[in-house]
Amino acid sequence: MKKIATGNKAVAEAVKQVKPDVVAAYPITPQTEIVEQIAEFVASGELKGRYIPVESEHSAMAACIGASITGARTFTATSSHGLLYMHEMTNWAAGARLPVVMANVNRSLGPGWNIWAEHTDALQERDTGWLQVYVSTVQEAYDATLMAFRIAEHNDVLLPVMVNLDGFLLSHIMQPLDTVEPGDFLPPLHLPHAIDVKSPMGYGGLTGPDQHFKMRWDMERSMRDSVNVIEETELEFAKRFGRQYGFTENYRCGDADVIVVAMGTLGKEAEVAIDLLRRDGIKAGSLRIRWLRPFPDLDLLKGKEVVVIDRDYSFGRGGILATEIMAQTKEAVASVIAGIGGQEVTYEDVADFVRKRSMGTEVWFGVNNNV
Amino acid sequence: MIINYDRSPIAFSRSPIRSLTLQELDTIAEIPKEEYVLKCTSACAGCSDSLALRYVLKAAGPDTVLVIPACCTSVIQGIYPNTAFNVPVYNIAFGAAAACASGMSNAFRQAGKKTNVIVYAGDGGTLDIGIQAMSGAFERGTDFLYICYDNEAYGNTGMQRSGATPLGARTTTTPAGKTDFKKDIDAIIAAHNPPYQATAAAAYPQDLFKKVQKALTFRGPSFIHVLAPCPPGWRYSTEKTVEMGKLAVKSGIWVLYEREYGKLTIGAQSKVAMKKPLPLEEYLAPQGRFKGIDPKTVDILKQRIVKNLAKLVAEEAAP
Repeated sequence: MKKIATGNKAVAEAVKQVKPDVVAAYPITPQTEIVEQIAEFVASGELKGRYIPVESEHSAMAACIGASITGARTFTATSSHGLLYMHEMTNWAAGARLPVVMANVNRSLGPGWNIWAEHTDALQERDTGWLQVYVSTVQEAYDATLMAFRIAEHNDVLLPVMVNLDGFLLSHIMQPLDTVEPGDFLPPLHLPHAIDVKSPMGYGGLTGPDQHFKMRWDMERSMRDSVNVIEETELEFAKRFGRQYGFTENYRCGDADVIVVAMGTLGKEAEVAIDLLRRDGIKAGSLRIRWLRPFPDLDLLKGKEVVVIDRDYSFGRGGILATEIMAQTKEAVASVIAGIGGQEVTYEDVADFVRKRSMGTEVWFGVNNNV
Repeated sequence: MIINYDRSPIAFSRSPIRSLTLQELDTIAEIPKEEYVLKCTSACAGCSDSLALRYVLKAAGPDTVLVIPACCTSVIQGIYPNTAFNVPVYNIAFGAAAACASGMSNAFRQAGKKTNVIVYAGDGGTLDIGIQAMSGAFERGTDFLYICYDNEAYGNTGMQRSGATPLGARTTTTPAGKTDFKKDIDAIIAAHNPPYQATAAAAYPQDLFKKVQKALTFRGPSFIHVLAPCPPGWRYSTEKTVEMGKLAVKSGIWVLYEREYGKLTIGAQSKVAMKKPLPLEEYLAPQGRFKGIDPKTVDILKQRIVKNLAKLVAEEAAP
């Protein structure tokens, strides 16, 4: 069904369609619309699950964990400080091998209070054992949320999935949305380790040095196995609903000499910049990282000049995405830090980053780029 | 509209979904023989946390899940891949037990299951780090039983002060004795108007058993605060665990009562004690944590006991 929706509404629509048993959430700008919408679905009876209006994000994730271990399908949404506040529990959800799905509306971190887009919030959750996907359009926010449940709940994965969408730039932007009937695209959840009072087990108790590393390795093994599950899920989604995704979205990369790498809406904006550059005879392409965890193969970038745009930063090290990419390709990139705290970055600016690129340097847009 | 165990009197009435029937116990021999705390716990000798839990689980029966934050019970349950408890145990981070139980209870009810969800948390995980999640779960009318077993300090990290440590008690972080009063968690819980709340002590297992059974007949949140003396923490010899609980009640520093829909009933043992309380010194003297306590501090503790008893008696007498 075709409609017009914001990124937030698209996520809520997808959640309604996967029929979660329990949604536990706490409001935070710019995510609030997602949970308001879900609360409305529950109030109107469109969604038969339970909505737990918890008193904090730490409790939101704890409640999802408590619900999930009974075998229930669970969802929550958050942003920025909310995500950081639940950090202890995001680790717990992954370690407990629970297929919780969460939408995170990417937002900057205080102080000072800034409610606009930035990826540092989600990137601080990078090492928790969550799968992370970053989306760029309203349609993709919807599609990725649907797929997230199937991927998380797959018995080869059983790790939580975080769907990331840029605050305001996507959460509050209206775009066309084509909703689908998931049907048996999403099979019923069968959690193999769900609590069963007839077969009592201890969960997450004391685990000694001779055991704990095995569980961590098992998480990594599932993270690696999730690559196939993601590919298979996205292929199946494309077959059924006609929209194809991948670990990365590549635009005019084939013959490109220089490739722009970014995530989220900025990664989409880059495609317009590529067209501009091509018109000027610059053989440019763009690669938008969709899945950050598990991290994609980036063979495409080998031997090319690469401009990485980071809407995030690791102080004392550099752009987090740039660092990740250099670790993968073992080649220097031109690192651009742009869009922090919602800083405006246009496709003209992105084209400019490419024109003025210098491999092995780091440029802070608006600070030392002479713009 | 879906009523989510909200504050309405209907939602909080005695629930027909429970299969438990209250057992009138005349002697301890009538307590069910089934054991859910098995013989391989790693509890300290004389531990009253595991003693209390034994009766809690006997009262709750097998259709029960325990949610345990970081506390002594996280250790007592044994080391993976073994578990000493014969009900499912879900371990969760320190400040998150009530929130986790909230999700679990909602998921069970959504699936049409009556399974008891019981948080079994220490005083640190209740009065201190877990208080926000607990307050939220009570305010939302979560259908669960929250039991705080109170050994008046952070036990498994080696007895650091908590909000439950009484005035004058020495802990590793109050080496000169605590200079603040014990937090009145029962008053905080009462402010949430749960359908049922009670105090109990591991030293009175029949009373504890009955209170757990009763608590589980209510739909909505209930709370039981169990005094759990701790031999290594309080520094008394292990065989005195039951005696310490009884001395606490007999001296009036711990009062057994129930509050059902806000109506207070003081327990028989405490009523007897109130007529002729034992001198507080008899409770303090065997405990190394009170060694060398300033007599002025003892006087303050005594005044608090008198004030607290008067308050409870007045509340019970009120129409």
